[in-house]
Amino acid sequence: MRHSIKFLLGDEPRELSSFDPTMTVLDYLRIEERRTGTKEGCAEGDCGACTIVVGSLEGEKIRYQAVNSCLQFLPTLDGRQLISVEDLPDSSGALHPVQTAMIRENASQCGFCTPGFVMSLFALYREGAAAGDPPELETINDVLAGNLCRCTGYGPIIEAARSMHQPAAGPDHFEQNSAATVAALRAIQDSQTIHLTGPDGRQSFAPTTTDALAEILAEHPGATLVAGATDVGLWVTKAQRRLDPVIFLDRLGEMKQVNETATTIEIGAAVTYTDVERMMADHYPDFGEIIRRLGSPPVRNVGTIGGNIANGSPIGDSMPPLIAAGATLVLRRGGERRQLPLEDFFIDYNKQDLKSGEFVETITLPKPAPGSRLFCYKISKRFDQDISAILGAFNLTIRDGKVASVRIAYGGMAATPRRASGAEAALQGKAWTRKTVDRAVVALASDFRPLDDLRASAAYRMQVAGNLLVKAYLEAQGAGVETRIIPYREAAHA
Amino acid sequence: MPDQIKGGVHQAVVHDSAAVHVSGQAVFVDDMAEPRDLLHAYIGVSERPHAKIRQLDLAAVGAAEGVCCVVSAGDIAGQNDISPTHTMDEPVFAEAATEFIGQPLFAVAAQTRDQARRAVRLAAVEYSDLPAVLDLEAALADETLVVPAMELKRGDADAEIAAAAHSLKGKIRIGGQEHFYLEGQVSMAVPGEGDEMTLYCSTQHPTEIQQSVARVLGLAANAVNVRTRRLGGAFGGKETQAAMFATVAALIARKTGRPVKIRPDRDDDMVMTGKRHDFMAEYEVGFDDDGHILGVRYRLASNCGYSADLSEAINRRALFHLDNCYYLPSAAMKGLPLKTNRPSNTAFRGFGGPQAMLVAERVIDEIAFALGQDPLEIRRRNFYGSSERNITPYHQTIEDNVIPEIVSELAESADYVGRRAEIARYNSDSPWLKKGIALTPVKFGIAFTTKYLNQAGALVHVYTDGSIHLNHGGTEMGQGLMTKVAQVVAEEFQVDLDHVKITATSTDKVPNTSATAASSSSDLNGMAARQAAQTIKARLIDFAAKQYELPPDQIEFLPNRVRVGNQEFPFPDLVHQAYMARVSLSATGFYKTPKIHFDRQTGRGRPFYYFAYGAAVSEATIDTLTGEYRIDRVDILHDVGRSLNPAIDLGQIEGGFIQGVGWLTSEELVWGEAGELLTHAPSTYKIPVCSDRPRDFRMKLLEGAANRENTIYASKAVGEPPLMLAISVLHALSDAVASVGGHRVCPRLDPPATPECILAAVERVRSAAGHD
Repeated sequence: MRHSIKFLLGDEPRELSSFDPTMTVLDYLRIEERRTGTKEGCAEGDCGACTIVVGSLEGEKIRYQAVNSCLQFLPTLDGRQLISVEDLPDSSGALHPVQTAMIRENASQCGFCTPGFVMSLFALYREGAAAGDPPELETINDVLAGNLCRCTGYGPIIEAARSMHQPAAGPDHFEQNSAATVAALRAIQDSQTIHLTGPDGRQSFAPTTTDALAEILAEHPGATLVAGATDVGLWVTKAQRRLDPVIFLDRLGEMKQVNETATTIEIGAAVTYTDVERMMADHYPDFGEIIRRLGSPPVRNVGTIGGNIANGSPIGDSMPPLIAAGATLVLRRGGERRQLPLEDFFIDYNKQDLKSGEFVETITLPKPAPGSRLFCYKISKRFDQDISAILGAFNLTIRDGKVASVRIAYGGMAATPRRASGAEAALQGKAWTRKTVDRAVVALASDFRPLDDLRASAAYRMQVAGNLLVKAYLEAQGAGVETRIIPYREAAHA
Repeated sequence: MPDQIKGGVHQAVVHDSAAVHVSGQAVFVDDMAEPRDLLHAYIGVSERPHAKIRQLDLAAVGAAEGVCCVVSAGDIAGQNDISPTHTMDEPVFAEAATEFIGQPLFAVAAQTRDQARRAVRLAAVEYSDLPAVLDLEAALADETLVVPAMELKRGDADAEIAAAAHSLKGKIRIGGQEHFYLEGQVSMAVPGEGDEMTLYCSTQHPTEIQQSVARVLGLAANAVNVRTRRLGGAFGGKETQAAMFATVAALIARKTGRPVKIRPDRDDDMVMTGKRHDFMAEYEVGFDDDGHILGVRYRLASNCGYSADLSEAINRRALFHLDNCYYLPSAAMKGLPLKTNRPSNTAFRGFGGPQAMLVAERVIDEIAFALGQDPLEIRRRNFYGSSERNITPYHQTIEDNVIPEIVSELAESADYVGRRAEIARYNSDSPWLKKGIALTPVKFGIAFTTKYLNQAGALVHVYTDGSIHLNHGGTEMGQGLMTKVAQVVAEEFQVDLDHVKITATSTDKVPNTSATAASSSSDLNGMAARQAAQTIKARLIDFAAKQYELPPDQIEFLPNRVRVGNQEFPFPDLVHQAYMARVSLSATGFYKTPKIHFDRQTGRGRPFYYFAYGAAVSEATIDTLTGEYRIDRVDILHDVGRSLNPAIDLGQIEGGFIQGVGWLTSEELVWGEAGELLTHAPSTYKIPVCSDRPRDFRMKLLEGAANRENTIYASKAVGEPPLMLAISVLHALSDAVASVGGHRVCPRLDPPATPECILAAVERVRSAAGHD
């Protein structure tokens, strides 16, 4: 057991032992460190004004990822490097190439969102520095999907992103210092469970093995499990809940593994969206696209599929594709494990089949069966970085003009993500014709009774649920006409 | 020496704060070093839209951890009122009754912000509900107004419509808009000795904060100083809305003798503050066979929320823009500023103009569909003339019309005709995705329509080392005002821009200022600063002429130096000489806009000094199965006169345009049945993101377009007009929708055009056109 956290703030080592375990990194920077360059815009991870970059050791290299500091709890910095906008200039005070590009292109107006944009672009700069080529527009749009700017209209920021790599400028100081930073990070890695007690007695744990997690959870069955905190963070910043105790999952090496067999993909519950996006796009291109549109890079860099499942949101984007693909869960309590189909996990609104002291350990989904295709469509008011009004996933195998197999799941149509059993029955084994599809569309009305809410009306949801099935039919036919306003983003997955 | 200064007028210099923006060193109010003993305040609000407050029990609030002070209406020594136009209908804290969900009832100050927020939740409030008016439809039935209805009339519209070959009627519903400034509302009050109070406030209107604080605290204005270095965005949302936070901070600072900071959480900010007015307009138009408008009758109902705020001026500006670029031979226009139990809607970039222009463009569309013509053709036929057909419904003669030229040039450069044909071909081959295109023009009147606001002051010091200190009444909220005004001063003295120090707006330096609003701040403050600089310059010339016994015309300001007869002195040398000769090197400047006047009784006058013009062509694609859309291409040609700073002006055009696109597409304010705002955070209220920017986006400033009026270096205002270029996007979407009915049925696509709204329009047009 260790009773402190250790991290680098820029290049400076920090060790903290007594603090509120759900203090956000944003509050830490602004209040404790008086680093006010990082801004609070929304305190819910949707505007990006608070974007920081976290450096994590991966082998001999440091992986730099943009993160929303408003949702990130301080203990998750353990063993990592926290980089805020103040760290970007070099030791002589010369601005980073990202910063000079932003100035050159007139990319700031009011300046409040600017540090967040600088940090998102810095992450892109670091990760893409080796390539040297200006990033594609699609890449820039993806990287900046979590940063809102109300002044510029984004054009000058895009130009700054395009022109920030200037090979003539040589390596930036992060690259120059990388050996020392790697050594400093290596020195603060260990596999001990971290156990912290805050000034008011609230506790947190950060185990490094699944067995340790199972043990701690058995002892504290009421604990809040925190993976990426992209949802739990709001319980603290918005509802001001005092969580006690908290168990952080970000140090669990085993639960961050993805294992592929010939026929299955097994995803640890603590694997982030970022780390499955490309793999998923290879097997299920539409699912990859759904993941690309889920939140924004700072959300996907910490948010996990396991978290999305365990918190049981009726509009979680990954559930319908996973259910349609036939995913199963492994739930663990202490040393016991049980397996169940994902769709059976969701009982009702905010009610999951999860016993006290039990946690989601892995998610397994089959690789696509030969001849099958998974179609996924997400409908939202804004195309990028929005929550679904409705999400439809259609896993179809057509053989000899007939529907050999079909699994359909929707989000946003009921209190939980759910299969459309009536529509499936109307299709299963039938001739794959528009007439059959129309009958399945009619059957949807008995499968679902959606609600009106701020994202869409019930009538729209019902109509679009049917139209999405029609769209899947049209696309499966391959009629050679355009059916998507934003086609596949091959570039993003290449 | 170079023969041109660095950073003079018309140069594309970068924003003065760019380097501190990108390095995180720019100091916003919440970033300031916190004074000793600082308290953090938070406001407790009403949970009912309209109710008597039977009991407000704050015992638990006062007993909460860290709490030092609780205040409510009874603690106000002065007046419990922050209404900006002295309508006395906007209390700091509600007393007997509450009029919207989110209305302040009390405030608490604690050692930390977290403690203050927690304490607020502990209030026990007993309400007794009263009937609430929650939306425009209910308000129209109720017909309670926050300010009197207003009218504009020219000719006999009823007779003209009755006699016209064609006439039609319709209705358009226009959504509101949340400002979503990235920096939320924030104020810090620091008490001084005696009755002195200093406020650091994110406001577009420091003078109004000064007056509000003085009124609420019962002080003279001279006891209160308000300072604003920069705002993290405002867009109208910090013109009056900052007052509730600033006055609460000042009230607690006064009561405790300690500095107080207040910064609401984003959700609370969105719930508590006013937004762009949603409108409902009814229109009736008579026109001839060629589509010439002969008469219009408009009834414009706006949702003002619970108090007057700026709704009088907003509704007036709306009436003034119901013509847009079109000559209306006869017009009868009525504005109904309706009261509802919502936060008081307020200024937002365009100030009623955008809503009115949507009505004008809808009517053009209706005529085009009725006659089976391209809407652009109907637009052109109805444009104002230059020497005839140039009287507005408010009887101002338009003297600077360039819209026909702009539209011709843009239609040509954007290949409107060719692309329309191309789109028709695409649509005939594409059963599911449909494209549309539209060109819409903008004419926006420049000047505050409230005449006395059209004044500005500036203060310029030249120090003995030749460095210059610049101050004026305008505030910097990202629009580049400070940079532009500094360029003017640099130009006047012929010194490089980096010799001019930009300083925080402060009511003790330049008093009695107007809000930074109405796009006019470069016009007004630029002129005032120039005049201050000219005063000092005249003294320097006078000094040099006497000292060197030369006629004044032998003194010439060259780049960074001054020619005095046959000699040249570096600028600082001459300044130092003048100081040694006891010449004053500090001056104020003052400017008031000439020519403007308007009689509200008769509805006649010249409310606007001049007009800013522009036009945009947008092309969009819709998905007829889901209503999703994308904007494919946008071409803009905009008139900024002779640009003071092309980089900043292009930034205003692009930023304004995208903000307008958000208003008309993804930004939907949704209210619950109990009168509560459901979309109160960026997770639910969706402003445009990077990928919403049209992939192909082409902007151009109109060339050779010096302002015909005597404005600062012949420039034109640019803050608001480009927002309305986004109307082209709504019409492009509408055009795409119309294609499913063979362009026979006007889609009447009301904004915001969300996917749901577009899909509903597709279905409506399909069934009206008799397609399957």
